[in-house]
Amino acid sequence: MPLKIGPRTSQIIAYTILLMMTVITVVILFFIILYVFKNGFGQLSIEFLTEKTHDMGKAGGIFPSILGTLFVTVVAIIIATPLGVGSAVYLVEYTRGGLVRRVISFGADCLAGVPSIIFGLFGFIFFVITLRLGWSVLSGGLTLAVMIIPTIIRTTEEAIKAVPRSYREISYSLGGGKLDTILKVVLPTALPGILTGVILGIGRAVGETAAVIFTAGSSLGMPTSLFSSTRTLAVHFYILAREGISMPNAYGTATVLIIIILGVNFVAYRLMHRFIARYY
Amino acid sequence: MDKIQIDNVNLYYDGYQALKNVTMNVKKNEILGVIGPANSGKSSLLRAINRLYEIDYARMTGMITLDGENIHKLSLNDLRRRVGLIFATPVVLPGTIYKNIGYGPKLHNKISTETLDDLVVKALKAGNLWDEVKDRLKDSAATLSGGQQQRLCIARTLAMEPEVIMMDEPCSGLDPISTAKIEATMLDLKEQYTFILVTNNTKQAARVADRTAFFYAGELIEIDKTEKIFTHPRCSQTDDYIRGKFG
Repeated sequence: MPLKIGPRTSQIIAYTILLMMTVITVVILFFIILYVFKNGFGQLSIEFLTEKTHDMGKAGGIFPSILGTLFVTVVAIIIATPLGVGSAVYLVEYTRGGLVRRVISFGADCLAGVPSIIFGLFGFIFFVITLRLGWSVLSGGLTLAVMIIPTIIRTTEEAIKAVPRSYREISYSLGGGKLDTILKVVLPTALPGILTGVILGIGRAVGETAAVIFTAGSSLGMPTSLFSSTRTLAVHFYILAREGISMPNAYGTATVLIIIILGVNFVAYRLMHRFIARYY
Repeated sequence: MDKIQIDNVNLYYDGYQALKNVTMNVKKNEILGVIGPANSGKSSLLRAINRLYEIDYARMTGMITLDGENIHKLSLNDLRRRVGLIFATPVVLPGTIYKNIGYGPKLHNKISTETLDDLVVKALKAGNLWDEVKDRLKDSAATLSGGQQQRLCIARTLAMEPEVIMMDEPCSGLDPISTAKIEATMLDLKEQYTFILVTNNTKQAARVADRTAFFYAGELIEIDKTEKIFTHPRCSQTDDYIRGKFG
């Protein structure tokens, strides 16, 4: 005789399974973060955050790496945001949804899934060697930009597509041109979605190791210009741990990295909510 | 001279003909009712007149003139300022009530803050909305009720100082009181504007329209004085539709 389960029981079972899945995911995430914090928090001090690195990272602080991370990420975002948003606007508003758009979207999806080490290799060959930019903030930033552009294109595309068609019709029927409509109606409405893409991009850029180790280098000196070689936090952490230089400092660096990422997300979401509150 | 002259107009969407050889006129300062069942070409007619069909890559043949000028010779910006369109569902743009009203005027000319302030007040008053929103111009437009949003849309169109106002089933989602307010607004404004009112509610056409046009399957079946259409229509199809036998 087949086992009969009443609708009530099956609801309870489904609820329990879904709850368990959520709990497991959240617990794993929190465990990782807490584990890093537990090992790294003790390392944090004003000196650790503000001093130069000594002895390959055994001693001193991580200030050059914090700066390096900041510079590389800023370069990447400044380049990737306009390019990504611009391409997405073109794809949605200026092509008729035909083959071109599908091919480019598919390409962007594929690129978003390419392992970052491939971008690192490409950046090394193209920016570092061919364009002779050397190991530098600029090479690293450009490589990261190439890496995060697909993410920004895809999220922006979705955000723009989600803007109701009626908004565009209203704008046109009030005499707005295509550009007015895009700048004054479509982009402001899509902004939260676009920002989400940019935040994801920042997150990827800040935490990236493979793509920058070949392009920004691993110098511990203070980055002073776009052409300085630098070592980002993620790379510093990787080298400290990998070469067994100093596990406590490695965890300290990881803690700083996580705090920066949390901070970026927090600030971005605050900005977004303020924006939404003002416009909706 | 007629305000709008429509001459032998056909409108084609990808493989679908929405208007078939339509020839008619719209007189100055009249309210022209347009009735007909779904897919009869009523909305397409409005989209042909302000060339909104172009954003859907549709194709038009024939000629439409506004005050004797071919609409395809006018700049889109100018045409759409002179011929406003109000949609069935009120769509407020993201932003404040003030910003919604100011959107059109700001597109068309450089305008000082004081002039814009005046224009917003004037438009809201003409749209019968001023008393309800005068203290909350800086509130988000989305906080208004459905009927208020539709009157906001009308005020937004009035702010562009158009000559013709086209309405595409403006009351389809509204309660009777809001509907009455919008009809009153139309009758108030008739002296200054020309109205084309597309409606699924034949009684509404009977209430406010001077003349009424009946469309069926993309063709103009007949156009005449409203009393005539509702009492002695020439075509049996019109009679059947008005009596609710189909559509």
